[in-house]
Amino acid sequence: MSLVIHNLHARVAGGQEILRGLNLEVQKGSVHAIMGPNGSGKSTLSKVISGHPDYEVTSGEVLLDGVDVLAMEPDARARAGLFLAFQYPVEIPGVSNANFIRAALQARLKDGEELDAVDYYGDLYKEMDKLEIPRTFTSRSVNEGFSGGEKKRNEVLQMAMLKPAYAILDETDSGLDIDALKVVAAGVNALRSPSVGMLVITHYQRLLDYIAPDVVHVLVGGRIVRSAGPELAYELESKGYDWIKETLTEDAHAVELASV
Amino acid sequence: MSDTFLQDAPPAPTAAPEWFVTAQRDAAKRFESLPMPSRRDESWRFSNLKALDPLDFTQARPVVQELAEQLLADSVGFEAALATLVFANDRLIAKRADEHLATQGVIWLPLEEALNTHSELVHRHFMRSESSVGTPKLLAHHQASVRAGTFLYVPQGVRLSAPLQAVHWAAGSGQAIFPHTLIVAEEGSAVTFVDWFKSSGEGRNMACGVNDLHVGPDATVHYVSVQEWNRQTAAQQSNTTAIAHGGSAINLGLHLGGVFARSESVSRLNGSGARSEMLAATVADGAQEFDQRTLQDHRSPDTWSDLLYKNALYDTAKTIVSGLIRVEPQAHHTDAYQKVRNLVLSAEAEANSLPGLEILADQVRCSHGATTGEINPEELFYMQARGISEKDAYRLITFGFLNEVLERLPDEALREKLQQTLRARLQGH
Ligand SMILES: Nc1ncnc2c1ncn2[C@@H]1O[C@H](COP(=O)(O)OP(=O)(O)O)[C@@H](O)[C@H]1O
Ligand SMILES: [Mg+2]
Repeated sequence: MSLVIHNLHARVAGGQEILRGLNLEVQKGSVHAIMGPNGSGKSTLSKVISGHPDYEVTSGEVLLDGVDVLAMEPDARARAGLFLAFQYPVEIPGVSNANFIRAALQARLKDGEELDAVDYYGDLYKEMDKLEIPRTFTSRSVNEGFSGGEKKRNEVLQMAMLKPAYAILDETDSGLDIDALKVVAAGVNALRSPSVGMLVITHYQRLLDYIAPDVVHVLVGGRIVRSAGPELAYELESKGYDWIKETLTEDAHAVELASV
Repeated sequence: MSDTFLQDAPPAPTAAPEWFVTAQRDAAKRFESLPMPSRRDESWRFSNLKALDPLDFTQARPVVQELAEQLLADSVGFEAALATLVFANDRLIAKRADEHLATQGVIWLPLEEALNTHSELVHRHFMRSESSVGTPKLLAHHQASVRAGTFLYVPQGVRLSAPLQAVHWAAGSGQAIFPHTLIVAEEGSAVTFVDWFKSSGEGRNMACGVNDLHVGPDATVHYVSVQEWNRQTAAQQSNTTAIAHGGSAINLGLHLGGVFARSESVSRLNGSGARSEMLAATVADGAQEFDQRTLQDHRSPDTWSDLLYKNALYDTAKTIVSGLIRVEPQAHHTDAYQKVRNLVLSAEAEANSLPGLEILADQVRCSHGATTGEINPEELFYMQARGISEKDAYRLITFGFLNEVLERLPDEALREKLQQTLRARLQGH
């Protein structure tokens, strides 16, 4: 059981390729981290997997427990068990947070089934307490006027409520101070289980001190260029992304020489 | 139709006071002699005058007992209201009131009864506020024909804890009704009132209504109208709100029904420190047309008004919002805002916004703006990424768009009722 990304090529419709043959497999029960410099394609990867209409997949596949999700609408992908915690969560004026999450849960029920309101609020408050989100946030419009940290916590709240099989967290650490980071990481860690696979995208190693990954990948120029254990994150942190880029050009050079 | 109506309409309110009878007779003459407006008139630009031709309708006849009982059963309105009046074709069919109202000195009566029992008080306020955004012809029509409605008088200092309401039903076809609401809130009082406009059956009728609010010094009036006429009905609703110093008013319209519905709303900030919020949320679909005309009239210093009108348009629907802010020479330190927002959900829908400013004073803060847009694709994707179908996401985003207007109403339980009503209205989309 895994989320498999195979030879994925994608671009903004009509534009340059952003993902250029990306391979990755996230097993259920494991946490994979993707690190990479700005502009390397991390958010693009998360959006392509979730089905954002701006991107066009030119080849490759994404399989969720063997099911091809690229043919599915974004909402069907989510109902199939995929979750994306957005780098930039979207504000939805006039729609309360509680109604929004409720609608998402309701969408997972069969026609004619109704979500039990009492149970729902019980669950919601429990998860909000864990994430130290004040109760007043149920009636506030989704993400509207939330601070950066509140938005990220709200993403984790949605993840906790929707219980995905595979979750992609896109820079869930950005914009958080250390206390908020601990709360969010604790929230994410609480969701780790043998039945959930996670792909944690981050620019900084810091997050991985709190969410310990099983595997670390480095994404540069739309490809995974290195995969190793957690130690890779520390190496990156001390040597910087330029180190990876240099070793890459060396590799490329070596490849060129070899092909001569 | 014969089993829907009583055979003979009872005569106009018996023993109506002399002044009222005379005024009605004069109004009838004015109605006869005045011309219908034309689309060349500023306040009728883009409007659909054909829909409002009074000659297509005759004054409504009363409904039979059986229908009245059924309408009564359907008159849910707002469950927690302190008092309820129910009218069918301009006849009172039910009256219910919390007994404490009377002991507080609140006068809560069908207009036709108040004309007898409180003639002097009614006379002082009845149709005294001129509306400059409509046509004297239709106002005369209303005054000549009005026979039912609400008279609500809240004495000095009395602050009512829950809303009061009236339900107006239109039944049959080819019938015209003339709902009237007159609210007088004395100094320091507070009241929330809701008018519900509903149809029984699918007949083509006309509603020509007036509601006048008199907000005393430091008084607070929240007036809500929920317009759910059937899809054949043509409606014309004229509102005036006169606000004395320190008084504040909210006028919120939830416009959902009708084939053509025009609403005119005038806020007069007569005393210093007066405040007015003018709010409207409109769902327009099919071939519906909504025509909204407003005036924020600042006549005193330190006054504040804020207008937010939002329209969601589907299919070939059409909306017009024409709003004027006028700041008179003496009204210094005025804040006046006007925002019109159109959410267009169909390429064939048409949203017209005609903002206007007339500022004759100094030190004034004014802003006005109208925007027309479509559903934001990032909001849509965010919702879909949570598993919500595209269709449901559209509906939820549209709900949110209009709900921002409802959120401005502080009365929480009533607001929830309005949200329910809006949600139900959007259900088909
Ligand atoms: N919707 C888009 N339109 C145009 N360019 C885009 C779009 N999305 C991503 N890109 C480009 O693709 C590259 C990768 O972006 P992104 O995936 O956001 O990087 P990261 O998340 O790793 O910082 C950048 O050069 C960015 O400008
Ligand atoms: Mg990014």
